[in-house]
Amino acid sequence: MSGTTTVARKKATGKTLLEPAGKETAGRYQAPKLEIPVSPERDHIEGPLKAALTLVEYGDYQCPYCGAAYPEVKKVQKELGSELRFVFRNFPLTNMHEHAMNAAETAEAASAQGKFWPMHDFLYEHQPTLGDPSVALAFAKKLGLDGQKFEREIAQHVYQKRIKDDFMGGVRSGVNGTPTFYVNEVRHNGDAIAKALIEVLNHT
Amino acid sequence: MAPNFSLNSTPDQKVSLNDFRGQPVILAFYPADWSPVCTDQLSLYAMVMPEFKKFNAELLAISVDNIWSHLAFAKDRKLNFPVLADFEPKGVVSRKYGAFKEKIGESARALFVIDDKGVIRWSHLSPDGINPGADGILSALENLNKAQATEKS
Repeated sequence: MSGTTTVARKKATGKTLLEPAGKETAGRYQAPKLEIPVSPERDHIEGPLKAALTLVEYGDYQCPYCGAAYPEVKKVQKELGSELRFVFRNFPLTNMHEHAMNAAETAEAASAQGKFWPMHDFLYEHQPTLGDPSVALAFAKKLGLDGQKFEREIAQHVYQKRIKDDFMGGVRSGVNGTPTFYVNEVRHNGDAIAKALIEVLNHT
Repeated sequence: MAPNFSLNSTPDQKVSLNDFRGQPVILAFYPADWSPVCTDQLSLYAMVMPEFKKFNAELLAISVDNIWSHLAFAKDRKLNFPVLADFEPKGVVSRKYGAFKEKIGESARALFVIDDKGVIRWSHLSPDGINPGADGILSALENLNKAQATEKS
């Protein structure tokens, strides 16, 4: 943008305070990269582990924008099929969303019993119920999970460290809000809609 | 050296850059309060504040909005650092730092990391509409620590 060209003012020494100057930064701009590589041991991965294309989302279960992005990701998965592996990492914005940490812990507790993705999907499909833990518990039981273990692990915050590790890894990778997507390890600065994501996935 | 400034953080309190000599300071210039996104840059920084504190760093956010807007915004977003009003005369401090967009009359999205002696050690200007996140700041603070460790040894 031409507005940025006025940015660099010279000090008496002739050196700019803001370096490199605005125009150069825009031209040489490089989006942040995923600092924490996708790991089959640690990550929640949907799709073939060795798929050619990788989409990573840092998300918050209570965030309305993540809720809006959820069906878009489904569309991307449907379109690209086995070419794509989709990875979800936790980025609960607890200062904005009071139920975000509990929801992340709920999904992790389901994951401990092998049902991460059904619970992940359920939480996004039932965002308005996030303040009521009985809803997710009923679903956990429907999935055949051990309800007592599930409830206990959430109450004892067993997975909170893992969730916070996800968060800090995201911060170091330049996550700047939710949802933040990485397409083949580069932060996606465009819209969180299927069309934009598919286009970038197919062209990197 | 980073130019000193003194700006209001509340209607009757001013914050000066020189108040923080002896510790690193992060300056975050940003275009406007109330950006229409779920999680803006400053909300993120509020969450990352414990990490900044590990470096004993202080964060000062600056825009041309007035102090009443800032106070309401900081309360709404639960910001845990001073939000300074570069309001009158408008944008003077932003201009000093080369972080003012004349055509639209707002601060640019520019970041500075200033060391304990008041020297600018890192700066970053985000392209329009791109929230820079916190990774660059954390790396800059780490580099400050490394540089200081080298000087001492």
